[in-house]
Amino acid sequence: MLLIPCPHCGERPEIEFTYGGEAHLVRPADPSTLDDAAWADYLYMRTNTKGVHAERWRHARGCGRFFNALRDTTTDRFLATYRIGEPRPAIAAGGAR
Amino acid sequence: MSRWRTATGGRVDRTRTLAFRFDGTRYEGLAGDTLASALLANGVHLVGRSFKYHRPRGILTAGAEEPSALVTVRRDSARVTPDLRATQLELYEGLDALSLNRWPSLERDVGRINDWLSPLFPAGFYYKTFMWPKSAWKSLYEPVIRRAAGLGVAPTEPDPDRYAQCYAHCDVLVVGAGPAGLAAALAAADQGARVLICDEQSEFGGSLLADRHATIDGGPAAAWVAHAVADLAANPRVVCLPRTTAFGYFPHNLIGLAERLTDHLAAPAPHAARERLWQVRARSVVLATGAVERPLVFPGNDRPGVMLAGAGRTYLNRYGVRVGARVVLVTATDAGYEAAIDLHDAGVEIAGIADLRTAASGELPAAARAAGIEVTASATVLGTSGNRRVAGITIAQISSAGSSAARRTLACDAVLMSGGFTPSVHLFSQSRGTLRWSDDHQAFLPDRSAERERSAGACRGVVDLAETIADGLTAGAESAPSRTATARRIVATRPRSSDGGHLGAVPLASGASQKSFVDWQHDVTIKDLAIATREGFRSIEHVKRFTTTGMATDQGKTSNLNALAIVARAIDAPIPRVGLTTFRMPYTPTTFGTFAGPSRGDLFDPVRRTPIHDWAAAAGAVFEDVGMWKRARYFPQPGEDMHAAVARECRAVRSSCGLFDASTLGKIEVVGPGAAEFLERLYVNSWANLGVGRCRYGILCREDGFITDDGVVARLAADRFHVTTTTGGAPRVLAMMEDYRQTEWPDLEVWLTSTTEAWAVIAVQGPNARDVLRGCVEGIDLEASAFPHMSVAAARICGVEGMVMRVSFTGELGYELNVPADYGLEIWKAVHAAGAAHGGITCYGTETMHVLRAEKGYIIVGQDTDGTVTPVDAGLSWAVGRKKPDFVGRRSLQRQSMQAPDRKQLVGLRARDGRTLLDEGAQVADRPNQQPPMQLIGHVTSSYESAVLGSPIALAMVAGGRARIGQTLYVPMPGGDVEVDVVSPVFYDPKGERINA
Amino acid sequence: MSKQRFSALSLFRRALGGHRSWEPQWRKVEPKPSYDVVIVGGGGHGLGAAYYLAAEHRVGRIAVVEKGWIGGGNTGRNTTIIRSNYLFAESAALYDHSVKLWEDLSQVLNYNVMFSQRGVMMLAHTVHDVQVFKRHVHANRCSGVDNEWLTPEEAKAFCPPLNIDPDIRYPVLGAALQRRGGTARHDAVAWGYARAASELGVDIIENCEVTGIRRDPQGRVEALETTRGLIRASKVGVSAAGNTSAVLSLAGVRLPLESYPLQALVSEPVKPVFPCVAMSNTIHAYVSQSDKGELVIGAGTDAYTSYTQRGALHINMHTLDAICELFPMFRRMRMMRNWGGIVDVTPDRSPIIAKTPVPGLYVNCGWGTGGFKATPGSAHLFAWTIAKDEPHPINAPFTIERFRDGYLIDEAAAAAVAH
Repeated sequence: MLLIPCPHCGERPEIEFTYGGEAHLVRPADPSTLDDAAWADYLYMRTNTKGVHAERWRHARGCGRFFNALRDTTTDRFLATYRIGEPRPAIAAGGAR
Repeated sequence: MSRWRTATGGRVDRTRTLAFRFDGTRYEGLAGDTLASALLANGVHLVGRSFKYHRPRGILTAGAEEPSALVTVRRDSARVTPDLRATQLELYEGLDALSLNRWPSLERDVGRINDWLSPLFPAGFYYKTFMWPKSAWKSLYEPVIRRAAGLGVAPTEPDPDRYAQCYAHCDVLVVGAGPAGLAAALAAADQGARVLICDEQSEFGGSLLADRHATIDGGPAAAWVAHAVADLAANPRVVCLPRTTAFGYFPHNLIGLAERLTDHLAAPAPHAARERLWQVRARSVVLATGAVERPLVFPGNDRPGVMLAGAGRTYLNRYGVRVGARVVLVTATDAGYEAAIDLHDAGVEIAGIADLRTAASGELPAAARAAGIEVTASATVLGTSGNRRVAGITIAQISSAGSSAARRTLACDAVLMSGGFTPSVHLFSQSRGTLRWSDDHQAFLPDRSAERERSAGACRGVVDLAETIADGLTAGAESAPSRTATARRIVATRPRSSDGGHLGAVPLASGASQKSFVDWQHDVTIKDLAIATREGFRSIEHVKRFTTTGMATDQGKTSNLNALAIVARAIDAPIPRVGLTTFRMPYTPTTFGTFAGPSRGDLFDPVRRTPIHDWAAAAGAVFEDVGMWKRARYFPQPGEDMHAAVARECRAVRSSCGLFDASTLGKIEVVGPGAAEFLERLYVNSWANLGVGRCRYGILCREDGFITDDGVVARLAADRFHVTTTTGGAPRVLAMMEDYRQTEWPDLEVWLTSTTEAWAVIAVQGPNARDVLRGCVEGIDLEASAFPHMSVAAARICGVEGMVMRVSFTGELGYELNVPADYGLEIWKAVHAAGAAHGGITCYGTETMHVLRAEKGYIIVGQDTDGTVTPVDAGLSWAVGRKKPDFVGRRSLQRQSMQAPDRKQLVGLRARDGRTLLDEGAQVADRPNQQPPMQLIGHVTSSYESAVLGSPIALAMVAGGRARIGQTLYVPMPGGDVEVDVVSPVFYDPKGERINA
Repeated sequence: MSKQRFSALSLFRRALGGHRSWEPQWRKVEPKPSYDVVIVGGGGHGLGAAYYLAAEHRVGRIAVVEKGWIGGGNTGRNTTIIRSNYLFAESAALYDHSVKLWEDLSQVLNYNVMFSQRGVMMLAHTVHDVQVFKRHVHANRCSGVDNEWLTPEEAKAFCPPLNIDPDIRYPVLGAALQRRGGTARHDAVAWGYARAASELGVDIIENCEVTGIRRDPQGRVEALETTRGLIRASKVGVSAAGNTSAVLSLAGVRLPLESYPLQALVSEPVKPVFPCVAMSNTIHAYVSQSDKGELVIGAGTDAYTSYTQRGALHINMHTLDAICELFPMFRRMRMMRNWGGIVDVTPDRSPIIAKTPVPGLYVNCGWGTGGFKATPGSAHLFAWTIAKDEPHPINAPFTIERFRDGYLIDEAAAAAVAH
């Protein structure tokens, strides 16, 4: 069970959270202007990063808020968490513990 | 007292004799014994038969690493536990143990034939045969293999015992309470840290419990242990957990502990938990898990009576048991000499020490020689003899040319062996710390930690007692959150015993006729490993899987490193290159019940009940599970089956009035200036034009365009919507709403609140509904003109502030009373009473609800839809806001495939014979009399007997279905096709006159 | 190279010689500079594809490159369940193709993969489950795939340890049984294909990780950069399960995949006690008993993407509370070993066996939690797709483009959440 640092509440056990998938996938402002391929890209294509992955978590059984996290998917170590809307911090794998 | 028990000494309580049974025979042991020590004290060495060859097997070790001495323990017919290690079982009065894997008896086991045929059963033999004739695999070979395999017999009755679980947090978790662990716990506690220390054994002390030679702080080791344990126990910031195995190391310093609470008791309290799972989140972890002595791989090394030197010493010093009267030591370490000295001092004849090393100097060998024990250097073992217990051993000296010389056979009744010590890096490795091979130690040692953790003592290759204790002190102090107290000092002395060691087979073993075992439990010999490498299995993972070495219940604790060394030698590669198999949890086998804990029966998954549940139950309702909810499915009257009850309930709703508990429907209050826009963007419908006081049926799609939920949405105020969802969908919908609100549209000022359990919802449906409610509802004119279909308003309901929605999922005039949940039951009763006064009211359940809605062609999301259905497919295109620029799913619905005319569409089906009730899930074809594989165009989603229509009806999703209305299709059933007419999905009151009445 | 047939007779003969004459089951080779086809990924799917390319399509020069040891990924980490009673016709056809190949696989490969048709029973606990499973039963029957409906009593008769007490939290309301389903010995599948492929000349190169995919000026695949040097290949088939995204990103191909940890566990071995495979989607667990006697138990994936090959304790706790609820006599059994794999999951939980946008590059991925059962079928169809540069009719629906076009084969959604 991971120990997840909620930027609002502090470290809490994984069972308080729901995973929200890859971060920074912004819903197009006007989807109708996208062709099918571009739309499918938004809907389905994922980086599935092996390494530092920007992802969303929601502290569903806590403050209820979504936030973003950088996690190394080869170690499950969290490198940073940050609020929705904030840019992805520049951190390389192994940079934090 | 038997001749095997010493007169004095050890940690057993000689005043308390305990009777126990093994394979039905009654024996006696002492309090403080394990089953293994008690059996040895009775001279019983043959305790089991091996997995594959059914060879007689004894007790190899004195601890958790035991591969061989496995038993089933029976407390009663339900409390049967197979595959337990005799070396870990604490003796209690009446313990009843059975040996495994033998028939008809341990002494005379017919499976022994496997041993004589063993040339035909080398590693992996089953991959090469049992293939002809093909049919014999299922009927003959596999059943025989299965019956031969397996160890104990699984319990057959439900386990009545309870299991507890808890969480704990600490500054320092110390795993292992031997010298390093105790020192670490003391040092961490000295610094004020909150400490939790656990050990798998019944008492703390580890190797010190069997140590005669150590002096700590000027006294015997046992005295120091007692003092340390008392110190820790007296400290309120320290939790001591004996009988507790740290079985798993999980990410972010979560460690799983299994505490055994009652298995050592003769008569546990009736409701006491048997085991407790601890999930410990530790700031720092100190692993003081010690080391496991390695057996030597020599011909005939598996006979009962052949055991590890340290085990022989432990049985003597800790349990007061001599493992033999005339013992031979085979060793590659000084520890073998120590055992010899201890046994010699206890009056055991030492027939000789065979040392694999060319010369052994040092304190202990010198002491052994001084005691007159004969030592053979450069020795090897050529074989052993004895049937059910070792009776002799043949040793030889290896000449400089590498051949055997001075061959001698020594009569003996026990052989003790010491091949060196393998650090227990299991938990460290589970934590994903990296290991490095140490040539000095001939072992893998912890290298880089992955977590905030450090190893101390023998598990990281520190062997000298003084150094071990110092290592523990440092690890404990440095793991504490703050270091203010002066560091504690402990003075310890002890002769060095761990020098030396041998990996792999002894010299000349491969040429011997007797088998040299590497993995005792799985009967893996050096020959098997040789075959594996010959057949190209070079990676240690391949060797393991092909030979099954290290895959037994001990997971290779005594065998892995020997196997690795043998493989490395066979393929001429250094050990680190051959690799190491992955350490996985659990460290030792851990009870399923401990993982499951209290999660059983009603606690398996919380049950959600509506405020009306108990009333419905008393009224005889039959319930169904929907999500976590219990919903009343139907209310049978005496003599009624479901069919009869549902028909009666349906007729009542259609002809007079029905009462339905809709409280389980999900409810979400969507509030704020942006509420209308929020729903506009989310649901397929238009909301901006929904007036206050009005309701609308809403459809929610996923972004891929497929329906995920539906429900009525009521606009309570310009900025306030009451959104209802399906019973099972409420959490999903709320999560989806929060996702969009927080991450996509933070510009909208809108708040979401789950109100599912705030409201009880009582549906009053049927032509008499208005009459029934007139006396119950204040503040609303219920007449159709004033409060038409799809209206909502606040009202006093039986004197309670609530909300009335005029909505209908039945097609009848209907109202849903939303009342505070705490009043739900009283108002339900009041409405029920009012109904009785107005020509009767009938409670109905979900089954009747389903029939009534199907008669109207209303879909159930999840039944008529399956995640591949669009609103248009479901015949709901009227609900889609055409002029909206966007909503969730809209772009996906614009794709060409979503417009295809041959998509499955919702239609009605009626059997042409007017009688046949179609099976839900039955398939639909447009051609009759097909053979598999058939061309199929759809399936039946809902099918019921319609009481009001007097015939069955069905809903179906059929390719291009709407264009097929009027056609005949075929439902292929095992007994032949059922001809069906495709009809409109609205079977009853197509003009909707009743609903607007 | 000499062919060594496996049989009781050969075993006996070699026993007389002390088993000294066995030869490596697959040749240990250095990579050659170039091949016609290189398969990336030495699991059952990749080795099988190489075998069928050689055996059925007569492709001359084939290699399989594997970054670790063959069969070390999901092939060697799964719970070995085999069945084909899927809902959609496309899926049922795909998995049944595989089951048919399983039925002869030991004989075809001359390697006993211990395919045990003990029956796979899927338990229904709610009215909704009953509806869904009956739909499966009907659809499968009409497609010629065996699957039958059992009452709770019939289910209990088929699987005596099953708890059919109507008063448990989620009582068993019935079950869908596929008698042809069962289990197999997972390692043997990898080794059997490796041995058979090697005998047909396929080079199996272990400890060889792909670090780059080179393309010619027209964009076509021309070579693989590996830790054991450059390997030229006119066609490359990637069959790398959880690592597919990472491998294909070397060629700039993005996929609709996410890789999740999937855990499984075994108990200590006991004498035969569990005669079939039992699965429950509603309470999330499945169990069978291996030939060795262990109860083999699994459940769903962990919640988050990860390449660590391990998962959380609480997932195992939920798995085991479900098993103990259904089979309360197993509560005293003990977990012997737990492990994790990395499963690559597509949005519709159905696989991709297809050409990629890069000419000469093919992919077989997205099997999620169900890849083992498909091993022979998937390998067979992947070989066809690579050899002919077009899909076999059975795998034609399983393209990457189906996500763009909306033609999902949504087995997950078809089990839709209850109303």
